[in-house]
Amino acid sequence: MIAIAFKSRRTRRTERVIFWLLRLATYFILACATYIFLDIGIKGSRTVFTSTPPFINLPFLTEPPQTLYVFDYDGKKMTLSDRQFREWKSAHAGVDVEATSVAYSAGGIWPCIVGTALLVIGSMALALGIGISSAIYLSEYSRNGRWIRLVRIAILNLAGVPSIVFGLFGFGLFVIFFGWNVSLIAGWFTLGLMVLPAIITASEESLRAVPQGLREGSLALGASKWQTIRKNVLPYALPGILTSSILGIARVAGETAPIMFTAAYAMKDEMPWQVAKFTDFFFQGVMALPYHIYVVSSKIPQNEYTERVQYGSAFVFLFLVMLIALTSIVLRERSRSRLSW
Amino acid sequence: MVATLEMPETTSPTIVNQPEQVPKAEIERAMIEIEQLDFAYGAHQVLHGVNLNIPARAVTAFIGPSGCGKTTLLRCLNRMNDLIDSARITQGAIRIEGVDINAPGVDVVDLRRRVGMVFQKSNPFPKSIYDNVAYGLRIAGITKRSLIDEAVEKSLRSAALWEEVKDRLHVSGYGLSGGQQQRLCIARALAVEPEIVLMDEPCSALDPIATAKVEELIRQLKEQYTIVIVTHNMQQAGRCSDHTAFFYLGRLIEFDQTAKIFSNPAQRQTEEYITGRFG
Ligand SMILES: Nc1ncnc2c1ncn2[C@@H]1O[C@H](COP(=O)(O)OP(=O)(O)OP(=O)(O)O)[C@@H](O)[C@H]1O
Ligand SMILES: [Mg+2]
Repeated sequence: MIAIAFKSRRTRRTERVIFWLLRLATYFILACATYIFLDIGIKGSRTVFTSTPPFINLPFLTEPPQTLYVFDYDGKKMTLSDRQFREWKSAHAGVDVEATSVAYSAGGIWPCIVGTALLVIGSMALALGIGISSAIYLSEYSRNGRWIRLVRIAILNLAGVPSIVFGLFGFGLFVIFFGWNVSLIAGWFTLGLMVLPAIITASEESLRAVPQGLREGSLALGASKWQTIRKNVLPYALPGILTSSILGIARVAGETAPIMFTAAYAMKDEMPWQVAKFTDFFFQGVMALPYHIYVVSSKIPQNEYTERVQYGSAFVFLFLVMLIALTSIVLRERSRSRLSW
Repeated sequence: MVATLEMPETTSPTIVNQPEQVPKAEIERAMIEIEQLDFAYGAHQVLHGVNLNIPARAVTAFIGPSGCGKTTLLRCLNRMNDLIDSARITQGAIRIEGVDINAPGVDVVDLRRRVGMVFQKSNPFPKSIYDNVAYGLRIAGITKRSLIDEAVEKSLRSAALWEEVKDRLHVSGYGLSGGQQQRLCIARALAVEPEIVLMDEPCSALDPIATAKVEELIRQLKEQYTIVIVTHNMQQAGRCSDHTAFFYLGRLIEFDQTAKIFSNPAQRQTEEYITGRFG
């Protein structure tokens, strides 16, 4: 009796210790996440929001980055952007001031937002096109043999390749060998290849989740294989494929390493649509949010004036990624309810 | 394209190479000839030397204990087993109207349009009732709305489902009861007007009233179609089939006129099965 009681007391204690360990681990994650979001949220909103209407710092969202000039004049500390500084100087001709310049810390991040959007759209279109096609081939057409196993292993390995390696690969193949230079199209292919394994795997899973009975039922009515896939398999797999491509979008938008040698410029004066001829559009480098954050956080001397653009960019970036995710979820729910699974 | 060969009005002997002890049924005209068929899933042989001539414009019932290979044989007739990687016909041949359906030149899509199937596990599409029935027609390239409307109504009436669903044709087929789904699948198969209809336990989820309606339908259909039905219901086989094939452990034990099988079977195993003493 006593031995049993002792044992059960010990079991109970272990039980409680484990419970608390697991619970603390979970709370730890929660605390970290809260801290990150609060930090970026609070510091970022100082840049992104204003206390006067329209309450959003529109210039930050709609202007290109500019150099910030800081100087003392008439006992006052002046912080002017590149353009303002030039205006000020012409208004105060003859006055000679000793101004410190802080790169990228004035103006906004509009070209970076546009660049990231272009990179995401192009690379996702590419990755979804190739990824869904090969997933259809793998799960609907190919018979499981040694060759297909090899293909699958290759895809799995591709998924494990670090993003910087994709960056180097893209640089070697697209930028140098194909001679595309640092360009949108080189970035599309590099980022597209990077998310391809995830998209193939997820698409295959979604395709497999479609009951075999739907294929058989369709084929038995005299539908060809492709008709069956197009009308009776793909529509039901697509919501799942879209859901999983949410992750792909976030990754494509967020990675810096693959684009830093292939597509991203630290600074560019023209917007992407300001090109001489149509084809130039694909062969131009762009600014991008993650790369911009990287540049303003590590490529320029840090001081009290750089925080504004760092946290502002991070805030906008986080917001955009969350917006993309939300859109995909809404889209998926829509198509789900239309299918009434 | 499966070439249509003119078949002589009477084929005899009706069961090719049948072992001596299996009695031969008198068949007017064989639509499907199964000859010495061996079938295996990987290394697991499921059908052993099946010889069977299925008559045209008549109802043939497959009976036999669970797992004896009825579904497998049925799925050989529209080459549905092509979808299973390891599945192979290891020997023998199947001819429909004299044409070997597994020959290299055969268009399997056309074959399946001519040989319709109602599956053992009912599989409505996650589409509206209307679209379920119209699916095969649209695949066949029919776009005229009035034609499709007409065919949908006719097929749903044939499957004894029209009255229950005529007011909600555009709601999902998934919202129907199990038995209604089964009839929806029957309607869907009939809509494309195949020449042969394979039905794998089409009444397994139906109440007696719906069952009676489907059986009535089967009796009507044989005016135009060749029908093969798998059933575990002996009364049903008795009521609506002309010929019955009894399978046991992947072998065809006996094939004859239904009346003969149920009144005076030649094989002891057949008798034991239909009287419920085993299986
Ligand atoms: N896809 C498959 N892969 C491997 N073996 C299978 C497969 N389908 C059926 N079998 C095997 O083939 C044998 C015959 O199965 P089948 O489905 O033809 O039986 P059945 O007569 O239709 O049975 P039931 O009356 O229960 O439907 C069984 O032993 C089964 O395990
Ligand atoms: Mg079966």
